[in-house]
Amino acid sequence: MLELAPFYWLLALLLAAAAWRNARERRFAQACFWAVLALLFAGGDWILAARKAGNPFPAQLAGVGVVALALLSLRMRRMHIAEAPREQRLASAQRLGHRLLWPALLIPLVTLLVVMFGPKLAFGTTKFLGEGSPTLVGLGLACVVAALAALRVTREMPAMAFVENRRLLDTLGWAALLPIVLATLGGVFAASGVGESVASLVSMVIPTDSRIACLLAYALGMVLFTMIMGNAFAAFPVMTAGIGLPLLIQRHGADPAILGSLGMLTGYCGTLLTPMAANFNLVPAALLELDDPNGVIRAQWATAVPLLAVNIALMALLVFR
Amino acid sequence: MNEVLINYWPLLGIAVVVVGFVLRLNPIAVVVGAGLTSGLLAGKPLGELLALLGESFVSNRALMLFVLTLPTIGLLERAGLREHMHAWILHMQRMTFARLLIGYLGLRQLLSMVGLTNAGGHAQTVRPLLAPMSEAAAEKETGPLTHEQRQRVLALDAATDNVGLFFGEDVFVAVGAVLLIQGFYAQNGIVLEPLHIALWALPTAVAAFAIHTLRIMLFARRLRRERSDA
Repeated sequence: MLELAPFYWLLALLLAAAAWRNARERRFAQACFWAVLALLFAGGDWILAARKAGNPFPAQLAGVGVVALALLSLRMRRMHIAEAPREQRLASAQRLGHRLLWPALLIPLVTLLVVMFGPKLAFGTTKFLGEGSPTLVGLGLACVVAALAALRVTREMPAMAFVENRRLLDTLGWAALLPIVLATLGGVFAASGVGESVASLVSMVIPTDSRIACLLAYALGMVLFTMIMGNAFAAFPVMTAGIGLPLLIQRHGADPAILGSLGMLTGYCGTLLTPMAANFNLVPAALLELDDPNGVIRAQWATAVPLLAVNIALMALLVFR
Repeated sequence: MNEVLINYWPLLGIAVVVVGFVLRLNPIAVVVGAGLTSGLLAGKPLGELLALLGESFVSNRALMLFVLTLPTIGLLERAGLREHMHAWILHMQRMTFARLLIGYLGLRQLLSMVGLTNAGGHAQTVRPLLAPMSEAAAEKETGPLTHEQRQRVLALDAATDNVGLFFGEDVFVAVGAVLLIQGFYAQNGIVLEPLHIALWALPTAVAAFAIHTLRIMLFARRLRRERSDA
C-alpha cells in the first residue's frame, strides 16, 4: 500500500541534504533552518501519534522547533547560487530538444493517472493506495517518477538531483515555509477564538434591517477576513456563521446555495490581494526570482477588484430571487 | 446573542500580523509571533500553546510537498529546459504573448473544473514551462525585454495561474471548497446537493476569464507600445 509517509521521509532527506551542503559552506543559519525542518518532517507521524495517545511532549518539542525556525529565518539571506554555465545549457538544449519536456510533463500526468485509477487499483486484497488523499500521494509518486526520468534524459549522476534541489531551496529561502506557517496560524487562531470575536464585532456595527447593507458586510467581510487570514476557507465559516446565516438567510430569506458559492468566490478575490496568501503570492515571487515580493499581487489586483464588483452584483441579483 | 462573554484580546494577534506586514518585517517571525500573542491572550498556558503550535504545523505539512518537484525542475533547468522552451516559442510562427497566456488561463480553468488542480502550479508549470515560453513570446513581438519588463511578464504569468486555479476549481463537485460549504450548512441544518452549489460558481468563472483575458490583451498592447516609444 502506498501512503504519504514515505514521501515525507524523502522530503526530510532532501531537506537534510540541503542542510549538510550549507553546513559545509559554513552558512550556519541556512543549515540549522533546513535541519530543524527535516526533523519536523521525519518525526511528523510520531509527533501526531504521541499527541493522540495523550503524550504532549513531542508536540511541544515540535512547537519549540517552529519558534526556532522563526528565529533562524531572521538571519537568513536569500542567496543566488550559480546555475550551470549558459553555453552548457544552450548546447544541452540543442542536443536534447523536446526530450527535456517529458519529465516535466510527467508530474501532472502521473498525478492525474493516480487520481483517476489509483483508488480502484488493487493487487488481490491489497489496495494500491493506503489512507490519505489520492491527489497528494499521486503528486508524491509523480515527483519521484519525474526525477528518475530527468536523471535518465539528462544522464546526470543521482547526486546532482540533491545539488539542484538545494540550489532551488536556497533560492526560495524562508518563503518555502510560509504556506505551512500560515496554516499553523489559522489553527492557533481558531483554537484561541479569534473567529467568534470577529463575527460578533461585525454584527454589532452593521444596520441589520437593510438587506443590501448585510450583503455588503458579508461580501466585504469575506474579502477582509480572507486578506487577514490568507485563506477563504478560514473566513467562510466565520462570516457565514456571523452574518450569512442569521441575517441574510434566516432574516432576509437569501438562497443558501448561491450565497455560499458566491461568498466563497468573493473570498478568493481577497486571496489575490494579500501577502498572507503566501503560497499563491509570495512563493511564486520567490520562485520566479522577482525583485518585489509583492509583484504578483501588483499583477493581479486589477483582475481581482472588478471581479469582486461582478460578484457583489451577482449576489445582489441572485440570492434574494 | 448569548450570555457568554467574548474575549476580544486574542484579536491583537491579527494586529500583530497587519503591523508586521506593513513594516515589512520577516513574515515567518511575524506569523509565529502573532500565533503566540493570540494564544497567550486567550489564556493558554505556554506548554499547551507550544504543543498546539507543533501539532498544527505538523498536520499541515502536506503544503510543502511541492518541494518534491524541485529536483526534477533543477535537473531540467541545468540541462537547458528554459533555453529549449524559449527556442521553441520563437519557432512557432503564430504564437503571440497574449494567445499563450489566454490559452494557459483557459486550460488551467478547465483542468481545475474537472478537479485537476495539481496539474498546474507555480512550481510544476509556471517556472519551468510558462515563464520561458512567455518571455520568448514577448521578445518575439517587442525585441529584447528590459529587466523591468521581464519582471512584469513573469508576475503576470504567476497571476494568470492563480486566476485560472481559483475561478475554475469551485465549478467541480468534489473540490474542497464546495464540500466545505455543504458541510457547514449541513451542520446548521440546511441540506444541499454539492452540484447545486458548484453550478453557481459558473457565472464568476466566465467573468474571471473575460476580465483577465482583457487585461492580458491590454498588457500585451502596452508592451508593444513601450517598444515603439523607445
